Amino acid sequence: MTSHHDPKSQASKPLAATFAALAKDGRKALAPFVTAGDPDLDTTLAVLEALDRAGAAVCELGVPYSDPIADGPVIQASYTRALASGFTLEKFFAMVRKATGRVKMPILAMVSYSIIYRRGIDRFVDDAAAAGLAGLVVPDLPLEESEVLDATCKGANLALVRLVTPTTPPERAAEIAKRSTGFLYCVSVAGVTGARTDLPEGLVERVKWLRTKTDVPVLVGFGVSTPEQVKLLSGVADGAIVGSALVRRVGELAAEGPEGVARGVESWVADLVNAAR
Amino acid sequence: MPSPLSPPLPAGGISQVPDAHGRFGRFGGRYVPETLSAALDQLQAAYDEARADPSFQAELDQLLAAFVGRPTPLLFAKRLTEYAGGAQIWFKREDLSHTGAHKINNTLGQGLLAMRMGKKRIIAETGAGQHGVATATACARFGLDCVVYMGSEDVRRQEPNVRSMRMMGAEVRPVESGSRTLRDAINEAMRDWMGSVETTHYIIGSVVGPHPFPRIVRDFQSVIGKETLLFCQKELGRDPDCVVACVGGGSNAAGMFYPLVEHKGIRLVGVEAGGRSAKPGDHAASLSYGNAGILHGSLSYVLQDPDGQTADVHSVSAGLDYPGVGPEHAWWHDTKRVEYTSVTDAEALDAFDLVARREGILPALETSHALAWTVKEAARRPKEEVIVVCMSGRGDKDAAEIARLRSLENGGAHA
Repeated sequence: MTSHHDPKSQASKPLAATFAALAKDGRKALAPFVTAGDPDLDTTLAVLEALDRAGAAVCELGVPYSDPIADGPVIQASYTRALASGFTLEKFFAMVRKATGRVKMPILAMVSYSIIYRRGIDRFVDDAAAAGLAGLVVPDLPLEESEVLDATCKGANLALVRLVTPTTPPERAAEIAKRSTGFLYCVSVAGVTGARTDLPEGLVERVKWLRTKTDVPVLVGFGVSTPEQVKLLSGVADGAIVGSALVRRVGELAAEGPEGVARGVESWVADLVNAAR
Repeated sequence: MPSPLSPPLPAGGISQVPDAHGRFGRFGGRYVPETLSAALDQLQAAYDEARADPSFQAELDQLLAAFVGRPTPLLFAKRLTEYAGGAQIWFKREDLSHTGAHKINNTLGQGLLAMRMGKKRIIAETGAGQHGVATATACARFGLDCVVYMGSEDVRRQEPNVRSMRMMGAEVRPVESGSRTLRDAINEAMRDWMGSVETTHYIIGSVVGPHPFPRIVRDFQSVIGKETLLFCQKELGRDPDCVVACVGGGSNAAGMFYPLVEHKGIRLVGVEAGGRSAKPGDHAASLSYGNAGILHGSLSYVLQDPDGQTADVHSVSAGLDYPGVGPEHAWWHDTKRVEYTSVTDAEALDAFDLVARREGILPALETSHALAWTVKEAARRPKEEVIVVCMSGRGDKDAAEIARLRSLENGGAHA
């Protein structure tokens, strides 16, 4: 087993330690995505603790946005619910601060650049670092527009995780892979987020190739929902990101309150974690 | 916050935008998911190639002449001028274009571009339905598949346009998310494009969105300003004193203003939707009341809450009911080259009535905003001055909705 982390990079420190520990145990990363504030932030806090107990390696915490163009119906609906229940960035950072004090898995925020820009790049990054976030994933910020945020994140020891997609030309994909910190997010299909039943053709080769282009681990997301898929991906990538399927589960369990949601999520994610090896 | 000082101009002047990164000063750019990056690069390359190819412009010119009916005339609005009692009011008659609005100038251009790129499926968003109709029209003419996303609230209030689109073979998909208006239609079109980008071209209908869209749409619409300038110089022997256009996303205004921005003597005025009041949620006037922010792939003025969530907006006009504005308008706003103002729903409705009765033209509700400001301003200006207002579209689509609003005002007796 080789470790893919870059020991020189301060920015990816907590993430690097996590991936190194996984590699030592011969395991792969299971990286769940949950929407912050769906149905409320108390539930999200309980879910984060449950994910940690279930053995999730890292968690992506989605910051609700009113106009998420990269997201399919499941995550859109969760954002709408969260915003309707009074989500604000102040409450979000307060909850994250509590969570990062209680869990050992690094937490990243998945957040639209519209939100970061409006708050001010320095202020957003300061708030994120102060709350204990390990990094940011900014799905609507392409390479060309990312210089300022990249430098600001480096200054605050936050990872800036970048995405490559099936439509990214090879030369560009190599550049993105090189500049991603923490890990690289490989989007498995062209399209919006949402659970899909099969892994797309060509993915295995693409991930293999990407791993030769970067020092950071390569995680695969968009459409991952079952232990079988996680197992398949674990043969080639450093881990799997599970988003819409988990968000749907949280939505279905919402009526059972924070503890009910947490219990339901924990056992479901534990099965995925077991498949990630 | 807008800077109190005007930003520095590029060496060649205010018209030398955007730069290679799609920047109009600090505005514009490309804030999109990585999935779309390659398609936007491809579009940029195809557009550069088309511009260098005389046969592309020749084909477009031929269509603009024989299919659209260009050049559109300028009409002296005699009785409206008498009513205002001041400066001469002229209409640039985009409402006489095939499909009844300026939108066709852009959809034909982008339709030709799509064919150059080998893309056979077209998607579009529409608010008032004019861009949807213009896209459906271009697709029928070129033999391309067409899907139009339209907020379900707009499907209701612009029903005649929905029918036209379907008659020309387009599929109209009502959008039920969010405010069910133009902004949500753009979100859905972008989501479609995320999954179809390799075979589909997205014909965006205004000077908004990620680079290179704001530039491409502006260029295709610039025929409006070029014809206006030519007419004034040839027929009136002078430049107009003032040129007015309504601004939602801002495509008719950008096409009208862009060829004029280097003509320093011409006053340029963009009129936004003031809605019911200046309170947040009651209007759609991004430049008048908004802040710098990112929406639908570019940095411009937007109406957002302090957390960056897009604000609810309102306008009686579906085509202006949008919480953002094209980045080049933000640039002209900050450089103070164009004045931006707003008029209310009620003023726009009054202007609609006035122009209908005094000129025999039903203007679109969007256009009625520009007309409302023009009538007020003409009254204050001397008779020698010439004001040209862009009559961006015809109002047949609005007749039923206006009748409904009027009957509500009258206690619903005729509802």
